[in-house]
Amino acid sequence: MHQEQQVRINDFALKLANVNGTGSASANGLLMQAIFRMGIPVSGKNLFPSNIQGLPTWYEVRVNKAGNTARAIDYDLMVAMNAETHARDIKEVKSGGWVLYDSSWPLPNALLRPDVTFLGVPLAKLCNEAFGEPRERILMKNIAYAGALCALLDIDMKVIDQLLLEKYGKKKALQDSNHKALRLGYDYATEHLQCPLPIRLQQMDATGGHILIDGNTATALGCLYAGATVAAWYPITPATSVMDAFKSLTDKFRKDPETGKKNVCILQAEDELAAIGMVIGAAWNGARAFTSTAGPGISLMSELIGLAYYAEIPAVIVDVQRTGPSTGMPTRTQQGDILACAYASHGDTKHILLFPSNPNECFHFAVKAFDLAEKFQTPVLMLSDLDIGMNDWVTPKLVWDDGYRPDRGRVLSAEELEKLEKFYRYSPADENHVAARSLPGVHAKGAFFTRGSGHNKLGGYTEIPDEYQEVVDRLAAKHKSAAKFVPAPIIQKRDGAKIGVVTLGGCDPAVREGVDLLAQQGVLCNYMRVRGFPFDKVVEDFLHAHDVNFIVEQNRDGQLRTLLVAETGVPKEKLRPLLVYGGFPLSARHVVEGVSAKVKEVVS
Amino acid sequence: VTKKPSVVHPSLKKNALGLTIRDYEGSMSTLCAGCGHDSVTAAIVRAFWELETPPHMIAKLSGIGCSSKTPTYFVSGAHGFNSAHGRMPAIATGAAAANKDLTYIGISGDGDSLSIGLGQMCHAIRRNLNMLYVIENNGVYGLTKGQFSASADVGSKSKKGEANRQSPIDPVMLALTLGASFVARSFSGDKAQLVPLLRAGLAHKGFALVDVISPCVTFNDHEGSTKSYRYTREKNVEVSHADFVPIRKELSADIPADGVTSVTMHDGSVVRFTKVAPDYDPTKRQAVLNYLQERQSKGEVPTGLLYLDTTAPEMHALNGTTDVPLTKVPFEKLCPGSAALEKLQQAFR
Repeated sequence: MHQEQQVRINDFALKLANVNGTGSASANGLLMQAIFRMGIPVSGKNLFPSNIQGLPTWYEVRVNKAGNTARAIDYDLMVAMNAETHARDIKEVKSGGWVLYDSSWPLPNALLRPDVTFLGVPLAKLCNEAFGEPRERILMKNIAYAGALCALLDIDMKVIDQLLLEKYGKKKALQDSNHKALRLGYDYATEHLQCPLPIRLQQMDATGGHILIDGNTATALGCLYAGATVAAWYPITPATSVMDAFKSLTDKFRKDPETGKKNVCILQAEDELAAIGMVIGAAWNGARAFTSTAGPGISLMSELIGLAYYAEIPAVIVDVQRTGPSTGMPTRTQQGDILACAYASHGDTKHILLFPSNPNECFHFAVKAFDLAEKFQTPVLMLSDLDIGMNDWVTPKLVWDDGYRPDRGRVLSAEELEKLEKFYRYSPADENHVAARSLPGVHAKGAFFTRGSGHNKLGGYTEIPDEYQEVVDRLAAKHKSAAKFVPAPIIQKRDGAKIGVVTLGGCDPAVREGVDLLAQQGVLCNYMRVRGFPFDKVVEDFLHAHDVNFIVEQNRDGQLRTLLVAETGVPKEKLRPLLVYGGFPLSARHVVEGVSAKVKEVVS
Repeated sequence: VTKKPSVVHPSLKKNALGLTIRDYEGSMSTLCAGCGHDSVTAAIVRAFWELETPPHMIAKLSGIGCSSKTPTYFVSGAHGFNSAHGRMPAIATGAAAANKDLTYIGISGDGDSLSIGLGQMCHAIRRNLNMLYVIENNGVYGLTKGQFSASADVGSKSKKGEANRQSPIDPVMLALTLGASFVARSFSGDKAQLVPLLRAGLAHKGFALVDVISPCVTFNDHEGSTKSYRYTREKNVEVSHADFVPIRKELSADIPADGVTSVTMHDGSVVRFTKVAPDYDPTKRQAVLNYLQERQSKGEVPTGLLYLDTTAPEMHALNGTTDVPLTKVPFEKLCPGSAALEKLQQAFR
């Protein structure tokens, strides 16, 4: 039942079903990059297993001329390359959509759908004939389907050629193989299939001034530009690529041109207990230091995060969140560490949190994290997630202000210490409840004994209730003061809207799109994305101003909602949870359906 | 915190910095009277005074436990960090990564280093972190009142008469197998041996482990304990005596001809070994391991500078860090600037 369809330009979604470890990632990345270079807003989501080779893996590409690039969960085209998952993959295609498959072998009749067009390309056969090496045959099959897609979707072959040249320019043989495979797919599709499909691409000019970058690389760039000199870490998915990127950036930018020696020390720790310890030791000595980790690492670091909080030592912790609890699903995304980070460690502890929503914010918030950590002499946790961290995002180009200088906070110089009669570490405090610190080795008068045990405002050991309370009360006040200094929430209002929709982090594009779609259906919502904790009064005012606020987040328990209830004076009845937490990125449909259903609930 | 009286007798000798030994003391110890740790503290005070280290250039760090309380009791002019149980090696690693110019001394105990912090100590050794690492080893948890620690020997009895049946972790043997570059063992009751060992450890560029048997008078100094004063005095066998010759001093002419080896440290100071045991060579790791194993199996406690390798690269050499402490590298050298950012983003198109 194939009917003539209307041509839809630069507005569709495709999903590619592959087997992990067969080299599909480079073919899929190539497609996405080509679309980006054609000036068309695009996103790519890698939905991969916790496995090196053999398990199913998917890659989703969404193209949207209006710039809505949140994950689409309705697919116009499925590239079904994994026989093991054919059944469910074919089921996921929209009615009237297309399935591209390897027709070297026939598809079982049971899989066929009358409302979907099947596009067969004998990829294995073509590659077996064209390439000799078994491994090359497997790898090039991916490039061959990319070639077929170029014909089917009207991807500019000149752009692809240029990308292959840039990628393999120095490896002629590889470039030739890729080119040959691409042509195999392209020529076959052109000859045997109706190309292009009604869903297709057309050059635009919407990605100028943008880059294609993953959040972890952007985070590493932020740490580099902030002047971090000590980095300590333990390998963990999905945070590992933060340090991989930081290392390669420092190899390039932190080597003394004359001596070849490094202006950085990267320590691969024995575990996360040690990684955070190293960060605290380095920051105690005055270096800008950071670690990157994921939820399991936060659990281990919690002990010493409390030490840094109580002894008032700066520390920057990047948490690229993954699906918990426990080992959970290491290669799936979630926002499940909000509460664990907000109150990490035993006793009364509260931390500064930053919630970037895309790689651009990862870059700028990473810099901000160091400034806040030093200004408030306390740990700052930046909560990214797997979706932001490991997927390539089209994001505004990063701009650096050469006038930037680190905010080192209140640090006494040798001259200032010399003038003091006596130095006390925790007195006097300023208007933000922060006292001046001295750095080891700077001046004899700055010598100080740091301790995680009970201490009074002069820094001395104490077990006296009043003296102890005076210090922890100041810490609470200090945390509160930070509300004015964390990035302000992003608020978008609509005339006549009475409903609030609140979110954070990587939910941003899906929620904004969802709010637009809801408005088209007559459900008007005001939008707020919180970007930091502690919450400023603006956040509280927004919540108060709406009878109902939907708190959209990716965890089971509504952790942002809990934090808002606990840390603002807003009655919890005003805050309704809207939760998606299966491990894949949020889609606008989740928001529209969730809000629509609950609005009915609220009204009836 | 009880301060000691500040009265200084005019006859007290001053070092090159014009400081007397009292200037290297800390506040009053709150440990039990007769605790071995207080003797170690006194030896540390003397070692720093003799080395003429400016107090504020010393970073003294510790974990948690009786031993870890002691940094308060020495060099009050130093920067101190009493951190968390078993986590001192990591804090020291980060501190040393940031500022290589300070002198780092870590004080730990057998609970802090051999149980909760075993992993961190092992990895600090592997990194050859440039620090003096003192284990005040008494085989028992003091602050929690008398549980066996991981260094308790099989058969050693608790105060209540119960015998330990789990095999011990020996920090000296462990450090040797992990590739440690400086390994010593001493006894808190032997100041003449301990002070030069501490000085040599401080001069060593790399991880210097000094395992000090330091009896717990309250919970582990009874009959049947193998970490008591009496047992250690009886079984202690000095196999290699170290004399430390500071950089400024001339080597004295009266070095005995037999059994003496001199090793020059990175700062130019010299350590002279007197091989008390004639068949002992502290520069041969495998031989040292064999020797110690044999002697220890006989119930002896070999002490002295047991192993030394001045050629092993320390953490910063392994990393290739710049010569200036990282904390002193100006921001302009750390931040590549807007033009570089613009350029590198061409790769993200």
